[in-house]
Amino acid sequence: MPTPMHSHLTDLAPSSSPRGGAASPALSPVPPAISVHGLRKSYSGVEAVRGIDLEVPVGEICALLGPNGAGKTTTVEILEGYRSRDAGRVEVLGCDPATERGRLKPRLGIVFQEAAVEPYLTVRETVAMYAHLYPGHRGVDEVIELVGLAHRRAERVVGLSGGQQRRLEMAIALVGDPDLLFLDEPTTGFDPAARHEAWEVVRALARLGKTVVLTTHYMDEAQYLADRVVVIVGGRVVAEGPPATLGLRQRAGARIRYRLPAQDTPPGELAAAPDADGFVEIHAEDPVALLHRLTGWALEHEQPLEGLEVIRPSLEDVYLELTRRGGGAST
Amino acid sequence: MSAAVLTLDQIRYVNKAFWRNPMRAFFTFAFPLMFLVIFTALLGNGVVHIGPRAVKESTYYVASMAAFGVITACFSNTAMMTTFNRDDGVLKRLDGAPLPRAIFFASRILHSIFVAFLLVGITAAFGHFAYGAQLATGMTLLRFLVMLLVGSASFCALGYAITAAIPNGDAAPPVVNFTIMPLLFLSGIFIPFGNGTPDWVQWVGRIFPVRHFAVALQAGFLGTPFRWDDVAAVAGWGLAGLVLSVRYFEWEPRR
Ligand SMILES: Nc1ncnc2c1ncn2[C@@H]1O[C@H](COP(=O)(O)OP(=O)(O)OP(=O)(O)O)[C@@H](O)[C@H]1O
Ligand SMILES: [Mg+2]
Repeated sequence: MPTPMHSHLTDLAPSSSPRGGAASPALSPVPPAISVHGLRKSYSGVEAVRGIDLEVPVGEICALLGPNGAGKTTTVEILEGYRSRDAGRVEVLGCDPATERGRLKPRLGIVFQEAAVEPYLTVRETVAMYAHLYPGHRGVDEVIELVGLAHRRAERVVGLSGGQQRRLEMAIALVGDPDLLFLDEPTTGFDPAARHEAWEVVRALARLGKTVVLTTHYMDEAQYLADRVVVIVGGRVVAEGPPATLGLRQRAGARIRYRLPAQDTPPGELAAAPDADGFVEIHAEDPVALLHRLTGWALEHEQPLEGLEVIRPSLEDVYLELTRRGGGAST
Repeated sequence: MSAAVLTLDQIRYVNKAFWRNPMRAFFTFAFPLMFLVIFTALLGNGVVHIGPRAVKESTYYVASMAAFGVITACFSNTAMMTTFNRDDGVLKRLDGAPLPRAIFFASRILHSIFVAFLLVGITAAFGHFAYGAQLATGMTLLRFLVMLLVGSASFCALGYAITAAIPNGDAAPPVVNFTIMPLLFLSGIFIPFGNGTPDWVQWVGRIFPVRHFAVALQAGFLGTPFRWDDVAAVAGWGLAGLVLSVRYFEWEPRR
């Protein structure tokens, strides 16, 4: 049986202290973990990043969203020191990653979108090998257990499944006890249970005051984990904010949906033409008032409103709208 | 960890991975022995004249194949495995961790030296029992071991250097073989030089490190004269390789 990833969460979180700077970055005297201004990068003439500004306070979980080719990996790898930039100011943990990468490395934990480890070492050997490179590393077995690979400890990397190899990536990222984690699509290939376990691990790290920058294509992941999401389209930031209020989502109208009763039809704006299944969907700028009138009508006429629901735009709806407006970015 | 401890730690993991890669371990050790058997079977009864001396061809091949084995293990294997690792992202991953580059190269070069010593030991033992070849003793043995040390480290450094000229894993075997195979032939590894060896071939031998290395190893097996120039020539190439690798080595896959 796989060991759940969160089995050691209690060891991780010493107290229920609030998140580092996420709550009040303005009041905090701590400089931000990441600060980026006007970042630009082209690959042989093609601009992949066209002026990104980004500030991530210490202790925040920041999610970068955006279509394939939007420039997320490029941005993250510039912050890690892997790629050079053409223009812009970049500071990561007080260092310029382009010139002070050596000082930065011991403090970073990285999950790459694409990378690998020596296939002929075992899980434990691999994590131990990486642990020895960091001055203040965490316990090897503890980290292996944390990512749910305890039962595969003695297995060679070649023998791991794709998702297990991603978990190993996560273990390597964590074992150096980094202050800042870059997770480039960290849960791609995870099964649903593993994904939730990974989320708990990331949250526990943030509670310890670690800063996390992750990219993902899973809206539920961003919704659950991120203090703030940054939507990148075509190398530019098109929106940013907490997932709950991104794109003024909380104030956008809602849709009300129910099955039209067979005998009777609510009057005027309370109804619409039903679809093939007999459901109607009406748009409401003010869903509270509309719902009140609708349910009032239903009680009065003793009509059931089967399948009644109020649908708020999801993060995914907002995201799709934003990236559609951003236009042609995924080409 | 101190640099020395970290280097040993790296060597430990490099070593584990080496022996668990069946292709790598097999080609490193089986290839030179196989060639030794083939060459001696085909040509082993002849006589090679080296200066005033006449040596049995089978003994000559023990020395030659020892050199061939070291070059394959240190140069060809290093270049190919490193390119494959670069393609797969193994090097990129490692580069994300605070592993000092000096320790990365030192540990891997030291491991190659260890493999080279083992390989020459096996070849010498096999050559002794199968063909009555005899390794020198005393000072000659010591000089021989110095050449082996310098040679394996140098060819390994050259292996790292040439990865900068290899675009991807698919290109690794052709590029490596194209560089080393002609040199092996033009340095008398497979076919001993005779009186009729053209001048330009002699010059190729003088310029490139392969012949210098082979001649110095022969001194250990055949009792031919040992010259420190040979060691210096190989070391010069190795140093150049090291400088080039430090300067041009790439950690990320090319695209
Ligand atoms: N090394 C490179 N050389 C040339 N072009 C590159 C390179 N890396 C990225 N690009 C290009 O830059 C653009 C941005 O790529 P990037 O990998 O940053 O996107 P991404 O947002 O991470 O996409 P995905 O969601 O698919 O991972 C793409 O058009 C890509 O083709
Ligand atoms: Mg990407």
